Amino acid sequence: MVFQYPMISVQACLDGILLGILFALIAYGMALQWGVMNIINIAQGDLVILGGYIAYFMYLYGIHPAWGVIVAPVIMYFVGIAIYKLVINKVVDRDLFISILATFGISILFMQLMNFAFGADVVLANSDYGTTMLFNNNVVLPNSKIFSAFISILFAICLVIYMKKSKLGRAIRATAQNARAAKILGVDTEKVYAATFGINAALCGVAGALISITFTIHPYMGLPYTIRSFMIVIVAGLGNLPGVAMSGMGLGVFEEFADYILGTEFRIGSVFLLLVLILIYRRFKLSRKREYLK
Amino acid sequence: MKNNLILYIGILIFGIAAPFVFPAFKVQLSILCVLIVLATTWNIQGGEMGYNSFGNILFYGLGMYLCASVQVGMFFPLAEWTESGGEKTFVHTPAQFFQGMAVGLIVAAVVPTIVAGLIGYSILGLRGHYFAICTLGLGVAAGEISGGIEIIGAGQGFTTPPFPDVGSLDSRGEFFYFLSFFVLVLTFITVRGIYTTRFKLILNAIRDNEDKAEAMGIETMKYKIIGWMISAFFCGLAGGIMGGLVGYIDSTDVAFDGREMGVFMVLMAILGGKGTLWGPIIGATVFHIFKEGFWTFFLGWQYVALGVLIVVIVIYFPEGIMGWLREKYPERFGEVVDEKDRKAQVELK
Repeated sequence: MVFQYPMISVQACLDGILLGILFALIAYGMALQWGVMNIINIAQGDLVILGGYIAYFMYLYGIHPAWGVIVAPVIMYFVGIAIYKLVINKVVDRDLFISILATFGISILFMQLMNFAFGADVVLANSDYGTTMLFNNNVVLPNSKIFSAFISILFAICLVIYMKKSKLGRAIRATAQNARAAKILGVDTEKVYAATFGINAALCGVAGALISITFTIHPYMGLPYTIRSFMIVIVAGLGNLPGVAMSGMGLGVFEEFADYILGTEFRIGSVFLLLVLILIYRRFKLSRKREYLK
Repeated sequence: MKNNLILYIGILIFGIAAPFVFPAFKVQLSILCVLIVLATTWNIQGGEMGYNSFGNILFYGLGMYLCASVQVGMFFPLAEWTESGGEKTFVHTPAQFFQGMAVGLIVAAVVPTIVAGLIGYSILGLRGHYFAICTLGLGVAAGEISGGIEIIGAGQGFTTPPFPDVGSLDSRGEFFYFLSFFVLVLTFITVRGIYTTRFKLILNAIRDNEDKAEAMGIETMKYKIIGWMISAFFCGLAGGIMGGLVGYIDSTDVAFDGREMGVFMVLMAILGGKGTLWGPIIGATVFHIFKEGFWTFFLGWQYVALGVLIVVIVIYFPEGIMGWLREKYPERFGEVVDEKDRKAQVELK
């Protein structure tokens, strides 16, 4: 099918790339907190969904959901700080497994609270952006997807510049390199950690708002986003932004093709299976040198 | 030792008498038995070996589907059974039911063990959090994929054969209770046996420092796979029983329920105390009582409570009940406490 109808392949590729840019944005947040705080946040996807609901509610109250791109990160930043103060700061310097379990608990909590608050329906915020037709109307691209990819790139660039130039960005990078040394040199690491988690949550908020415009959101859809971002980070490595972008797009394209070839019901399953396969591949590659994933 | 023997006999008698003393709680007691089995076997590789897996749910769900499929497939065409929604068209005679259950449970125990052996070499090469996330992905992937397979019911679920009419109404509950209790006793004897051998010391060595263990000449990979296979064996059995007990299998909500059962087993083991024999048993009992209390009194809010519970246990209580007891009464655990030394250490801190 893929080779018989080349336009379907083009469609899938373009869809996948636009989707992948969004994934890369979420993964960037994950790489940030993983690198700085050494934490794997299972609740990442639920933060994304929460951001999506913020945009959706703006849409319900008659405001254009695209403004959610600005409002959601602001709200999510404070949500992130609150989560950090309540839970994360107690697991920062502990075993990684503890942080995985604790954030798993947060994930379940968020999932259920959103289920109560917003209902278990699949919703989307309609942006009325129309569509773009390409190649003699054979390829259909919703403008909202192009918009979301554009905004994602914009936010990523802003964040990179912020991390390079600002004082806080420098403190964050210093803490990521060596938390103890940074502390000795007068960096308030506690504050840096809180800010990092807040920025991560804000990025999730942006991504969520964009997802609610382009796709659909549902309280239980968080975990796949966590797994996707985890996958992108382990493929690209920490602190490798072009790599994150590339592997994000690759994952997006893979997903679209899996959707076309295997059918939609296997889409999420194939993502999780791909994660397992990537990990196994890396493990065998490293074990030749008698090393293991760290 | 003598004390322990009396304790074991006491528990055995209590276990046999329990369904007659509390006839209303038979199903709950059988679920408790299954939970204890899951927590205890999770502890083999989670607590003793240090490989924290979210993926034992894979073997549990596999066992559940296999047991039910064999039980149906031995006598009736499986595809028609799932299509017609089960019991309406085909009825098992008692002999067929028990025969099917027996074969089904054997398959449900053996196949996951083989699967664990096959995937063990690749997956157990991962360490720490990579292993945890990989197994989490494995469990969820299994759920999503089994939800797309037509012959075992796909999205609409799979009804296990209903219990046949063999006289009194109580017999179903009693049958499943004694089955699960038998498996529990089997698990306990096996695990206790393992914990007295060198095998357990090897597992602990792997947990404490795998590289050093390897340098000491232990074939760590072999023992890791064996440890995981033991877990898989009992998880499969537990899953098979649970499938019959619940009577209905859904891919993501009952069988491969990584969000619930997959976390429960980790949580129960941690609550009781990782790396102890009695910890998971106590943890599972406390957890089950607590959970049922919540489930009835806070209907609708149970998952919220569960999320809070996970966070609280993990952050404030990572040592578990056994760890706390050990801190409090070290003499009971056979540790000789040198008061002078202890005081000196406390002062040092």
